[in-house]
Amino acid sequence: MKYMNEFRDGATAQRLAQEIRQITTRPWAIMEVCGGQTHSIIRNGIDQLLPEEIELIHGPGCPVCVTPLELIDKALAIASLPGVMFCSFGDMLRVPGSTKDLFKVKSEGGDIRVVYSPLDAVTLAQKNPEKQVVFFGIGFETTAPANAMAVHLAKKLGLRNFSMLVSHVLVPPALEAIMTSPISRVQAFLAAGHVCSVMGYWQYPPIVERFHVPIVITGFEPLDVLQGIRQTVVQLEAGEASVENAYARVCSFEGNKTAQKMLEEVFEVTDRAWRGVGTIPKSGWRLSPAYRDFDAEYRFEVSGIETKESPLCRAGEVLQGALKPNQCEAFGKQCTPRNPLGATMVSAEGACAAYYNYGRFVTLEKAQQPVHA
Amino acid sequence: MEFTNWSCPLPLLDYPNIVIGHGGGGKLSAELIEHLFLPAFRNDVLENLGDSSVLNVPAGRLAFSTDSFVVKPLFFPGGSIGDLAVNGTVNDLAMSGARPLFLSAGFIIEEGFSMSSLAQVVQRMAQAAEKAGVLVVTGDTKVVEKGHGDGCYINTAGIGVMPDGLHIGPTRAQPGDAVIVSGSIGDHGMAIMSVRESLEFETTIESDCAALNTLVDAMLGVSRDIHVLRDPTRGGVASSLNEIAGQSRVGIMIDETKIPVKSDVHSACELLGLDPIYVANEGKLIAIVAGHAADAVLACMRTHPLGVEAAIIGTVTAKHPGMLVAKTGIGGTRVIPMQIGEQLPRIC
Repeated sequence: MKYMNEFRDGATAQRLAQEIRQITTRPWAIMEVCGGQTHSIIRNGIDQLLPEEIELIHGPGCPVCVTPLELIDKALAIASLPGVMFCSFGDMLRVPGSTKDLFKVKSEGGDIRVVYSPLDAVTLAQKNPEKQVVFFGIGFETTAPANAMAVHLAKKLGLRNFSMLVSHVLVPPALEAIMTSPISRVQAFLAAGHVCSVMGYWQYPPIVERFHVPIVITGFEPLDVLQGIRQTVVQLEAGEASVENAYARVCSFEGNKTAQKMLEEVFEVTDRAWRGVGTIPKSGWRLSPAYRDFDAEYRFEVSGIETKESPLCRAGEVLQGALKPNQCEAFGKQCTPRNPLGATMVSAEGACAAYYNYGRFVTLEKAQQPVHA
Repeated sequence: MEFTNWSCPLPLLDYPNIVIGHGGGGKLSAELIEHLFLPAFRNDVLENLGDSSVLNVPAGRLAFSTDSFVVKPLFFPGGSIGDLAVNGTVNDLAMSGARPLFLSAGFIIEEGFSMSSLAQVVQRMAQAAEKAGVLVVTGDTKVVEKGHGDGCYINTAGIGVMPDGLHIGPTRAQPGDAVIVSGSIGDHGMAIMSVRESLEFETTIESDCAALNTLVDAMLGVSRDIHVLRDPTRGGVASSLNEIAGQSRVGIMIDETKIPVKSDVHSACELLGLDPIYVANEGKLIAIVAGHAADAVLACMRTHPLGVEAAIIGTVTAKHPGMLVAKTGIGGTRVIPMQIGEQLPRIC
């Protein structure tokens, strides 16, 4: 496949890993911000090519993981209402709310649709005028332009039966929150390439200056990730901190101006609760006053929701790199991929699920290595 | 859709769509059987039209299997629910090493389903049965009210005879065995996805739907040291290999770069965020074969039309029992776990 396999070449990956091993002299904790990068690391076994000194901390950039429980409960309540057609990306369907998930709502008769684009939800609203079509608009700056476009289009079409339940989160405030958290151990960031393809990286120099933390804009294919790590380690070893772009084939400093203009029109910045982390000021987007009519939170009265997070789940500490998943007491016992207590155990690239699946293998491999006296 | 052999006979012309009465056991039911099912599946056993069919089978062990088919849409690139209903059960029998002989066919049809669509489904079943060398010897039709089914569901059950002394089963994988896949993976699942409502994308991907019994016959002709056979349908190769690892209490190590995946299937999976190793197949098999026999079995498979792209993709190991582990393209490893649920609407 053109433009993809070139960035998966095994020999080049080994060479990059070798370079990283050569330049690394002491332990470094690097956070890959985006869930897509975590997926690539797990999917390709990138972490196994790295020297022991380099610890990758799986960051909060998985929208499934950080969408607050209150909002998931609200989504479940709206999806259960008669006459509602609730549209979502597939991976939100298994995320546990306080008492159930969207799959269970579906089995109870809720009209839940998996869509691949918010624009599909707009089409569904046009085709089903008797239904209230609600799209679950979650994600980072990456998914935001398409969601903004969907709301913009619905307004233009005068669709009275389309609305969006919005829980957008923003990367730069999260990086600041991590750097100011007393329990965080992060020393450098691999910034999320896709977010930067939309937003550019003009927001990062102030963060680098304030915290003296290297930020390298990084892509998602194995060679992209390894290159991002290499540039990060070079900075860390030299005691330097700057913004570097290791994903120049996609990202520019300014980003996509057209998309940014649309985002500015449709959304406004708001405080946002992050699951497991808490509320981060000015870290999210909600629909701007001009589009409030399309906000599902305003359109639907859902009351009597009792949100109850599992007291055992320590996903917040995991997301900040303060706790390894297998150090959580519920890990592998009360909390498994089959019965997840928190979102980090839900998707295969959630830090806890990744540890659960891979950790068993590593333990077995180590146990079976011959012991030399 | 090719449907040239069947022209709607007079009594059925009165009913361009299925009505409740077609499942009522009265005259309408009889007309459906006489003018649609019998002409399509014609054979001596079926034509007795008794409450049950009486079969002549050789002495020895029988294999018996059943499967239900609820695929949506009913017709898709490279196949239909009719092809699946025959090939699915034939393959389940073949995976125990049996020679499939007889099938039953139960139809649950939604009121209002078009008669010509039903005829097309039945015709595709008949063609698939003939190709696989099996007879449809008994059947049943029920009609459910409109809104209570997706057009047409089919259940088939099948009987096959087991060759003497042959023991193939999911508990028999042993360390040192080779893991062979008969061809490119993920074709069926992606063909279905490409025509799903709200997800249509333009592609030339076709379902691999096929009966594998002749391929299995050929393989058994070369070696009896085939320990496990599986057709990796729902959940794909990942689920089948995880099940074998679990049931045989062995580990399985595969090399991702050795797994055949068509480039358009690969592209579609990338686009939709899917891993082809979890995507369904309907005309592929996995064989776990004793190490010493692997090359001979592979060579034989490659001479069969359904095994041209067969490849050895891994080995069975005593390490990490119960787990499927893959060597990745860049030289790392990853654990491939069993999928917990189903991310997408039903595939077969």
